[in-house]
Amino acid sequence: MSSENAYYVPHDAKWPIIGSIGLMLFFCGFSAQLNNTPSASIVTMIGFLVLVYMMFGWFGEVIDESESGAYKSSEDASFRVGMIWFIFSEVMFFAAFFGALFYIRNFSVPWLGGDGSGAITNEYIWNGFEAMWPTNGPGEVGGQYEKMGAWGLPAINTLLLLSSGVTLTWAHWGLIANKRKQLIFGLILTVVLGIVFVGLQALEYSHGYHDLNLTMGTGVYGSTFYMLTGFHGFHVTVGAIMLTVMLVRSIKGHFTPENHFAFEATAWYWHFVDVVWLGLFVFVYWL
Amino acid sequence: MNKLKQLCAGGAALTFMSSIARADYGLNLPVGVTETSRQVYDLHMLILWVCVVIGVIVFGAMIYSMIYHRKSRGAVASQFHESMTAELVWTVIPFIILIVMAIPATTVLIDMHDSSEPDLQIKVTGYQWKWRYEYIGEDVDFFSTLDAASNEARRVGSDIDPATVDNYLLNVDKPLVIPVGKKVGFLLTASDVIHSWWVPDFGWKKDAIPGFINEAWVKVDEPGVYRGQCAELCGRDHGFMPIVVEVKSEADYATWLAEQKAGSTAEKTAVIEEIDPLELKNIGKKVYTANCVACHLQKGEGVAGIYPAITGSAIVTGDINQHVDLVMNGKPGTAMAAFKDQLSDTELAAIITYQRNSLGNKVGDAMQPIDIAALR
Amino acid sequence: MATVTDSLDDHHDHGPAKGLMRWVTTTNHKDIGTLYLIFALVMFMVGGAMAMVIRLELFQPGLQFVDPGFFNQMTTVHALVMIFGGVMPAFVGLANWMLPIMIGGPDMALPRMNNWSFWILPFAFAMLLGTFFMDGGAPAGGWTLYPPLVLQGGNGFPFMIFAIHMMGISSVMGAINVIVTILNMRAPGMTLMKMPLFVWTWFITAYLLIAVMPVLAGAVTMLLTDRFFDTTFFSAAGGGDPVLFQHIFWFFGHPEVYILILPAFGVISAIIPTFARKPLFGYSSMVYATSSIAFLSFIVWAHHMFTVGLPLQGELFFMYATMLIAVPTGVKVFNWISTMWKGSMTFETPMLFAIGFVIMFTIGGFSGLMLAIAPADFQYHDTYFVVAHFHYVLVTGAVYSIMASVYYWIPKWTGNMYSEKLGQWHFWLSTISVNVLFFPQHFLGLAGMPRRIPDYSVQFAEFNMWSSIGGFAFGLSQVFFCFIVYKTIKGGEKATDQVWEGAEGLEWTLSSPPPYHSFSTAPEIK
Ligand code: HEA
Ligand code: HEA
Ligand code: HEC
Ligand code: CUA
Ligand SMILES: [Cu+2]
Repeated sequence: MSSENAYYVPHDAKWPIIGSIGLMLFFCGFSAQLNNTPSASIVTMIGFLVLVYMMFGWFGEVIDESESGAYKSSEDASFRVGMIWFIFSEVMFFAAFFGALFYIRNFSVPWLGGDGSGAITNEYIWNGFEAMWPTNGPGEVGGQYEKMGAWGLPAINTLLLLSSGVTLTWAHWGLIANKRKQLIFGLILTVVLGIVFVGLQALEYSHGYHDLNLTMGTGVYGSTFYMLTGFHGFHVTVGAIMLTVMLVRSIKGHFTPENHFAFEATAWYWHFVDVVWLGLFVFVYWL
Repeated sequence: MNKLKQLCAGGAALTFMSSIARADYGLNLPVGVTETSRQVYDLHMLILWVCVVIGVIVFGAMIYSMIYHRKSRGAVASQFHESMTAELVWTVIPFIILIVMAIPATTVLIDMHDSSEPDLQIKVTGYQWKWRYEYIGEDVDFFSTLDAASNEARRVGSDIDPATVDNYLLNVDKPLVIPVGKKVGFLLTASDVIHSWWVPDFGWKKDAIPGFINEAWVKVDEPGVYRGQCAELCGRDHGFMPIVVEVKSEADYATWLAEQKAGSTAEKTAVIEEIDPLELKNIGKKVYTANCVACHLQKGEGVAGIYPAITGSAIVTGDINQHVDLVMNGKPGTAMAAFKDQLSDTELAAIITYQRNSLGNKVGDAMQPIDIAALR
Repeated sequence: MATVTDSLDDHHDHGPAKGLMRWVTTTNHKDIGTLYLIFALVMFMVGGAMAMVIRLELFQPGLQFVDPGFFNQMTTVHALVMIFGGVMPAFVGLANWMLPIMIGGPDMALPRMNNWSFWILPFAFAMLLGTFFMDGGAPAGGWTLYPPLVLQGGNGFPFMIFAIHMMGISSVMGAINVIVTILNMRAPGMTLMKMPLFVWTWFITAYLLIAVMPVLAGAVTMLLTDRFFDTTFFSAAGGGDPVLFQHIFWFFGHPEVYILILPAFGVISAIIPTFARKPLFGYSSMVYATSSIAFLSFIVWAHHMFTVGLPLQGELFFMYATMLIAVPTGVKVFNWISTMWKGSMTFETPMLFAIGFVIMFTIGGFSGLMLAIAPADFQYHDTYFVVAHFHYVLVTGAVYSIMASVYYWIPKWTGNMYSEKLGQWHFWLSTISVNVLFFPQHFLGLAGMPRRIPDYSVQFAEFNMWSSIGGFAFGLSQVFFCFIVYKTIKGGEKATDQVWEGAEGLEWTLSSPPPYHSFSTAPEIK
């Protein structure tokens, strides 16, 4: 048969091994930093740079292949299914932290406060502790703190992210209708909204650390707060970088109304990050 | 070859059964000495037998087929590959069997959970690696550690044959004592990591979790000495924190309790005497062997990366007050526990003196019990 | 979604590149499968060597050889290496080799990522094993990593955490690849319900992996921040709970044990029909049973935690749910026996291992069911009874199925027949010794020997000695296994394409060994 319909199998791949080396250097360096090993941060940095190099290389190669028409509907379908299940794995990653939050709020804190089977615990170990939320626990770990309100920055951030979802969809419509200007403008808006979100989040952290004495060490409230919002913020950052790449590619004239998997994958990812935020807003900030 | 194959296939099922036949030889769960433990034992035997019977049927069918449906005997393969009836049968029947097992299991579980209205309560706290027993409402509170004979024999290269040690690894310096026939409630917790309190003859184990209290209870029918072990991995010496419970008649228990109380009052009111530093060093050596070697090791060399060396340690060879403070109050968040509740004034003074003037250290100063008492 | 596929890579006809770089940069599913299988075998040896240290120290009461701290490191790393380095990569290797062929596809759907999935692993294990040389040694808190104990670890602690992260990344990518391959790369006409059961069980396993590996990643991340960044997820003083970790860990951990056994079910479902010369009994009920097991595996996790002091309702729920798993698993066992029934059986090495699997896995399943009974588990928990249980399902279950598949497919992979005589010897040596190794552990556990202890009281001496002798014999038998594999790769009687008289499936339509590109032209499915 002709190679026209052949499923595309790249002949050899050097990026994965580079990625593995980068990953190992990065993690080893970071581990050594945690152990206070001198100059370990150099290894971390090298690892990071190798990873960045790998990503540029790998994605660059894929983009070239894509633009040269190597991928047809069957490859496209593989990418789609792959991306969907990748996002699902991310959902489960967040589920671990949400699960921890729910457990802490519904079980461990009430038990420590003497609820249900925790009466004896409260009487003998944590006498005087009353269950409430937020809390830094019966040991008052981290000292006096204030709660992060929901209706200031977080509410604004919610609006920002929600509208970024809208602008992204608008950009997508532009792409489908082959209106390049709408595509590019929509993407710019989305990226800007994403960056502003991250900026405001940084501002909020600074407010938490400096004004509220709310730190990662503020008992379980601080732990869950920073862990959940932190990993979310990280995902927004990654999403924003992905969007920027899409923006650059759009400007370069990549994508066609029929064929723009990378754009769609990024959009799915962005919407996923959006939905996680809604969960955060409700369970971390509001209720 | 044929014979061998059959033998092996059936062997597994057979050995399963022989575990029951030889139950008296310490192969099986102990029947125990409480109502609960007997219920658990019965439950265990029930499920074991159910499994054995199912096993005999399942493996029997398999072995039959292996013998009679083999090609070398000229068997011709039939081609059936579906039967709704069969599938239903072997879905429903196991399901029913499971229900039959679940009913007694549920009753026993509900009984075990009923820790209400105990006659006396004891708070049990797990430490790395010893148990602390506090009799609630009585002024009795002590630690229970692996006995010295086992502790010596268990060192790598000790050259002591464990068989010559009485109750090797299952003996403690000071056992828990409870009265017979009374419902004794246990409040289990831990000070550092998770431990698990287990005496097989009582029919249960329960985890001791730092910061939380778990409840359990026991009502023992016969006086005697019952032994168990910590059952949750808790670090280096997890294998060396046994539990010994002496169950006494009510009268004996009362006498014992009175003695303990008298002892603890005497201790409190005793006049603290000055002790010769050399003598302190000798006591200190014993205290060190009993309490500190587990981490800081025999010669004080420690384990790089987890347990700092005592030899040449900046704290040990530095300001004595800091040294005392560290040993008395420990270092929260690390394995270094607060020893102020675990050791007496004399022991604390001794251990400090010992560490400063042995194990390769030569500071030259000493600590007196009276100074420790002042710091409490 | 099946696509018309014929494959060629971009430079057309020829085979692989030459030299070492072939293996480093390969995107070929067979090459990667081979890499996975070799890696798994090496890890099995490494983990096995640690098990030998454990058995050596437990040979007699008293501490003869190792320090208790080192013993705990052995136990912990033995388990991590065997599970994440041995069994899981072995199954991924089998999947890589066989899935594309079984469904008539040209390769895995995402070949470049496939390469990365593998090449992360050697680095991850280098990190994990590297901890032995750091201050404080390797992790020693048990493979279950319970805090607060695990937080007391030395400098190796963060390396272990990140090694686990890397294993997780590798597994998730591997699982995504499997799912995409099965959904997209099937030959025309290969409907889902025509797929061989090995494909089905891997399909479901892949979903389990995607669902739980990220949860493990979350759990170990919380450990890391509890240790280094002041968080208090697992500390009561801050409002957390050490038991919370156990919930999250076992939400991963229980499905994980089915990740280790479902592909085994698939392999056995391929081998038994071949040697019984009879189609698999109850194909569709096998598929449904596998799915039910996978579903149930998500709601039984707390059976590992009966003694932590769960509320009564919780214990009851988890007890009932756990017991239920016996039903679909039973369906599988009964189906295998019905497949054998009225067949025309021969007993070549793969079949022997398959039969050994069915019997000994069932024994392990029975002890699992006993453990599921909460009040009885109060006695069994954390004793050698549990150790016996999980080695029966893992060693005589998962590992036996892997050995069965190696014997079953190695003629296809290498084009050479293994020596049947040596194979039979390997089977009998292993089977006898493994029972001497693990069966007495049931008695030890019931008689009261806790697990994870380097030394024990003298009443347990006799059975421990038996167990250790069995252990050494089993270990040597596996060295013998390596020899058989090596010999087969080097040469031997040439295998036919069909290899086994009764074998069915697409893999047997290809030459032995198959061409570098499996199905350049999509095969026709009847
Ligand atoms: C491949 C791995 C694997 C598999 C398949 C299983 C299968 C099962 N396991 Fe096991 N298990 C482990 C690996 C595995 N396990 C590991 C590694 C641990 C320890 C982890 C640690 O703590 O380190 C563990 C621990 C463990 C515990 C915790 C023990 C404790 O720590 O106290 C429990 C408790 O319920 C349990 C139960 C079961 C059950 C009910 C099954 C069932 O799936 C078994 C079902 C099968 C059968 C029952 C046999 C066939 C059925 C029939 C023939 C039908 C008829 C039968 C009846 C009606 C009885 N397992
Ligand atoms: C797939 C998983 C898997 C596999 C294959 C094995 C295989 C083996 N396991 Fe393991 N084991 C676990 C999973 C596994 N185990 C888990 C999860 C735990 C719990 C850990 C914990 O508590 O945290 C455990 C714990 C565990 C213990 C309990 C330790 C304790 O509680 O302190 C013991 C003790 O006997 C043991 C023994 C063995 C033996 C003898 C083998 C044998 O089958 C190994 C045979 C293989 C070889 C021996 C390799 C080949 C030979 C060589 C490399 C040459 C050297 C050989 C000689 C000198 C003879 N294992
Ligand atoms: C469970 C393990 C354990 C036991 C038992 C133990 N220690 Fe420690 N000890 C530690 C650890 C861990 C540290 C390090 C704490 C830190 O991080 O600074 C330590 C630190 C010390 C130090 C400070 C050393 C230095 O240079 O920092 C002294 C002194 C000390 N212990 C004395 C004792 C004495 C005396 C005993 C017995 C009565 C004892 N320890 C028992 C674990 C233990
Ligand atoms: Cu305490 Cu194990
Ligand atoms: Cu389980």
